[in-house]
Amino acid sequence: MSRLRQGLGGLGPAHSVALDVSELPTYGFGHRSLLWWATASMMIIEGMVFAMVIVSYLYLKGRVPHWPPSGPGPDLIWGTLNTIILLASCVPNALAKKAAERMDLAKVRLWLAVCLVFALAFNGVRALEFTALNVRWDTNAYGSIVWLALGFHTVHVVTDFLDSSVLTALIFVGPIEERRFVDVSENALYWYFVVLTWLPMYAVIYLGPRIA
Amino acid sequence: MTAHREAHPRLTENDPRLDADALERERRLLERTWAGGRGVIAWLSEVDHKAIGRRFIVTAFAFFALAGVLAALMRIQLARPENHFLSPDAYNQIFTMHGTTMMFLFAVPVVLAMGIYLVPLMIGARAMAFPRMLAYGYWMFLFGGIFLYVMFALNIGPDNGWFSYPPLAGPAYSYGKRGDVWAQLITFTEVSGLVVATCLVCTIFKLRTPGMSLNRMPLFVWAMLITSFMVIFAMPSIVISSTCLILDRLVATQFFNQAEGGDPLLWQHLFWFFGHPEVYIIFLPALGMMSEIISTAARRKVVGYMEMILSMTATAFIGFGVWVHHMFATGLPQFGVSFFTASSIMIVIPTAIQIFNWIATIWTARRLQITVPFLYAASFFFVFIVGGLTGVMLASVPLDRQVHDTYFVVAHFHYVLIGGSTFPLLGAIYFWFPKITGRMMGDRLGRISFWLLFAGFNLTFFPMHLLGLDGMPRRVYTYPGAMGWQGLNLLASAGALVIFVSLLVYLVNVAVSLRAGAVAGDNPWGAATLEWATSSPPPPYNFTPQPTVASREPLWHSELRPPAIVGLRPDDREVLVTYLLDAEPDHRYSMPGPSLWPFLAAIATSVMFVWSIFQAQGVVWGSIPVFITLVGWFWPTKGKARLERGVTGRLTARESVS
Repeated sequence: MSRLRQGLGGLGPAHSVALDVSELPTYGFGHRSLLWWATASMMIIEGMVFAMVIVSYLYLKGRVPHWPPSGPGPDLIWGTLNTIILLASCVPNALAKKAAERMDLAKVRLWLAVCLVFALAFNGVRALEFTALNVRWDTNAYGSIVWLALGFHTVHVVTDFLDSSVLTALIFVGPIEERRFVDVSENALYWYFVVLTWLPMYAVIYLGPRIA
Repeated sequence: MTAHREAHPRLTENDPRLDADALERERRLLERTWAGGRGVIAWLSEVDHKAIGRRFIVTAFAFFALAGVLAALMRIQLARPENHFLSPDAYNQIFTMHGTTMMFLFAVPVVLAMGIYLVPLMIGARAMAFPRMLAYGYWMFLFGGIFLYVMFALNIGPDNGWFSYPPLAGPAYSYGKRGDVWAQLITFTEVSGLVVATCLVCTIFKLRTPGMSLNRMPLFVWAMLITSFMVIFAMPSIVISSTCLILDRLVATQFFNQAEGGDPLLWQHLFWFFGHPEVYIIFLPALGMMSEIISTAARRKVVGYMEMILSMTATAFIGFGVWVHHMFATGLPQFGVSFFTASSIMIVIPTAIQIFNWIATIWTARRLQITVPFLYAASFFFVFIVGGLTGVMLASVPLDRQVHDTYFVVAHFHYVLIGGSTFPLLGAIYFWFPKITGRMMGDRLGRISFWLLFAGFNLTFFPMHLLGLDGMPRRVYTYPGAMGWQGLNLLASAGALVIFVSLLVYLVNVAVSLRAGAVAGDNPWGAATLEWATSSPPPPYNFTPQPTVASREPLWHSELRPPAIVGLRPDDREVLVTYLLDAEPDHRYSMPGPSLWPFLAAIATSVMFVWSIFQAQGVVWGSIPVFITLVGWFWPTKGKARLERGVTGRLTARESVS
């Protein structure tokens, strides 16, 4: 690159000096791709929303003497099970990402399909989680914020399932370009985000009522 | 990540592709590849950042005009005591609509729109990143605004003020759909703002032309980058607060209901954690415009490039730590309040640094040209500083509690926002009008309009300081004659008339200049940045050949003659993606072309948003068309053709990427 910098900075009046980029590739993975930055922006935006939900939860918790104000906290069983499923889904997700970056079409198809099975599982268990919250959203502010927290993360697992399904369909029926593999790689990044944001949400929803 | 690749950009001498004939051939090909079609469908499918930027600007100014009419109605009502021109209910809707429109449908969209139009040109890029998402952002903004005004016409316009405090805006005191309309309008503008901010960040980070390292970016581009980050970090807060408010109203959640463990103050915290940065989101792009206008008028670079950037960044950071100064009257603990007084006063420092730098720039000008844009920029020094000084006054708790909710606050924020953003913006429109339209705006009408606005603005808003100190509360539809406020109110109303005339002159100037203005040429002001290197108006592909830069003021250092880019395919919408810090060439990226899907997706989203405030299941059923349109949008249609033409096709060569 030093060659280039000299060229840009110190060239004389030769008018027809050109920088020929025709040999450059048509895609790049990771931070080199535009899509990576858009995904990062999405993650910051939604990460901020999650943070605001947590702040609101703690704010409301601090305003009342007992938390939950009445009744028990949510049952641990489904939420904990789902945490395990979500964390486990990182394995096929990592393999899909790796296969995408090697541009191994067969492996990408395989691991994306496995990811979808996991997504189906955690969407199903998520439905059960709502039945075990032991509070309605309109009972009190505690119920409202718990439903909001779980609901907002649920929007993410549902949309992640839907967009991964579309991407998987695309990978199976083509046309396959290099940038499809970049899409798979960025989709996997977003998947990690959905899983990792669940951990603080789990702590807030399930452990929040259990600590003084 | 270290990428090992054989392919490097190469410098070639006497490249035949830069011969006049070759360039002409390339231009014809580019024209065919990048031009939008004709007809309604093509118009709705447009993805060119310049077309979308223009539409954004025009739409935002249309809302500005509507908000101005509402303001005029308020000034007529307040011109004399115990007036019955407007009913209290109409007045409540009108001041809410005025504030909501100015903040959410004018001030923020218009500054982002200036970035949409100018940033790719300033950084030497052929297009903006994610052009379809950009189009979607525009349609969401337009549909949100139309939704608000249709509701207003149906007498269900919001009436709780532009910050919509519960419990007044909650289910217990605000019946009907008015509060929901406000909360859902916010959703529309959030989507639009976040989408545009993301496009801007990606464009600025990844599409700068080679040579434009971060420390060679024009100050306006820096301002847009920082602003976009502020949008990304601030808007989530209002996403949550407006969601909680509408849930309280529609499905009986208890977030802001004191009786069930909720807290109206939570709304204020969440709203102002967004609302105060919002002020800087409006203000920072104006600072960038100021720098470009002043530097061009003074014919020298702005004094203290690095200090300017650090000051803008500092303003952005501190801007997130001052929100409680909107809540001094709510009885928060003394210690917390003191902290926010300190941070509110601290934010003066970076702003002052910038103002001193501009003064130094003007002071040391080569030969200062008092152009109309310069007049607007210079008026900032007076108008904004008055607003800044009253801001420092309001940061102190005792004074704030005395004048809280009075016209003193109204005067303060109009000085800050109009002086800090709208004056520079009107100057910026005048400044970049030749680039956008190919014609100059009239100088004489420009000066008349400026001086009328300057006089009218001060005549309207200065008396409001005095009214506020005298105790006149804001948001009252009338006042008794015995209060002795009629003289100053009449003066303010007369000032509003002068503002109205000045903006009319501005509009006439725009209309006349569009048809009969002097032809501008590429660089009528002798400015330094890349947008002036291309024709006025620019072609759909912005540049050919794409220039590179070797300094911060490329057009003032033509002796450096950095190489031009060759090798981007003219038969495909290829742009050059570069590395973040030093903008070294990385890869060629094929941009998506025109598409109707963003428009359809925006319609589907709007239907879902509007449906959901009338029926909760609208969220569920309305999301199905949204999903369908998004799939249609993302389903690749070009890929096969590209493969067949051999545009891509390195699939077999497995490359190591980490």
